[in-house]
Amino acid sequence: MSLPPFESVVVEHGPVVLRICRAVVGPHDADDVWSETFIAALAAYPRLAPDSNVRGWLATIAHRKGIDWIRARDRAPLPVDRLPEVPGRSAEPVIRDDSLWSAVAALPTKQRGAVLYHYVAGLPYAEVGRLLDSSEAAARRAASDGVRALRSTVTRERS
Amino acid sequence: MTSEPNILNRLRHDGDVPIAAVERLHERLVEAASRGDLLDVAYRVLDTPVGPLLLAATPAGLVRVAFANQGHDEVLDDLARRVSPRVLHAPSRLDPAAGQLHEYFSGRRRRFDIPLDLQLAHGFRRLVLDCLADLDYGSTASYAAVAAAIGKPKAVRAVGTACATNPVPVVIPCHRIVRSDGGAGDYVGGANTKRVLLALEIGNRP
Repeated sequence: MSLPPFESVVVEHGPVVLRICRAVVGPHDADDVWSETFIAALAAYPRLAPDSNVRGWLATIAHRKGIDWIRARDRAPLPVDRLPEVPGRSAEPVIRDDSLWSAVAALPTKQRGAVLYHYVAGLPYAEVGRLLDSSEAAARRAASDGVRALRSTVTRERS
Repeated sequence: MTSEPNILNRLRHDGDVPIAAVERLHERLVEAASRGDLLDVAYRVLDTPVGPLLLAATPAGLVRVAFANQGHDEVLDDLARRVSPRVLHAPSRLDPAAGQLHEYFSGRRRRFDIPLDLQLAHGFRRLVLDCLADLDYGSTASYAAVAAAIGKPKAVRAVGTACATNPVPVVIPCHRIVRSDGGAGDYVGGANTKRVLLALEIGNRP
């Protein structure tokens, strides 16, 4: 058993990691956090155990990069007068975020993290707990609370 | 209560992330990887008269050329195992090789002038490749003649194996090695591909 070419990692997991980045830092900064995540992953890739949960590994890196990014953003001085977005400059394909993903982004931090890292990235609760600085049991509770909140959004969306 | 599995399925589904967004991020990744010396193997696929060719390069030079019948996915897996798993689709890194191959297939180029990385060929096989590089465009030699030229006249079969495992066919012209009875013989890209290459060269001989 050996590691597949990194290209297949990008193709298989790139979109979902972009989802995670968008939910964690918002659509504006998601591309930068995605880029930092994948360059760090590429650097470390040869040392990854071949039978690893690659999506979970990427989510762990994205989580740390996201935290660094948010800290740096919070330290940066606020722009006094933000220029209005010029259409065309952001002609960038806006990811058509369905209401479910907007609801994920709107969850409280722990619930959002627990949903993303357990349900989206497939990490076990013990690992999710470590990422979120809480216990395995707390991570499990947060994930279940998060899914309950999402379910009510979906129900409202249907009615 | 059917909505929970539905929610979980939707969370794992990334269908509406536009391909363009990921492609652009992929491009950025290739640039950053090049700057950071992290792009160990770059590859692309080139359409040619003998089918799609996989081209792969390390920073040292062209490391693999593979025909479709060799299975491009298998060849990429092999590169990940034997060279480095830091493999990315990065067409621009292969521009010089692709340009020269294009000229070769249109009969306008008789010699390749690109750096080669022959780390995948060792020992005797490497000696054979060095010998093949001296064979002129449009000419042929027998497996026995090559064996004799490197001072191992009994190693005719081993010369055949060296040709069959040539990591950079076409560029190192193992297709110019033919059977002593005049038949074209086997080829890593299939016997028919070998006949096409030999006919191309005979038709464009100086």
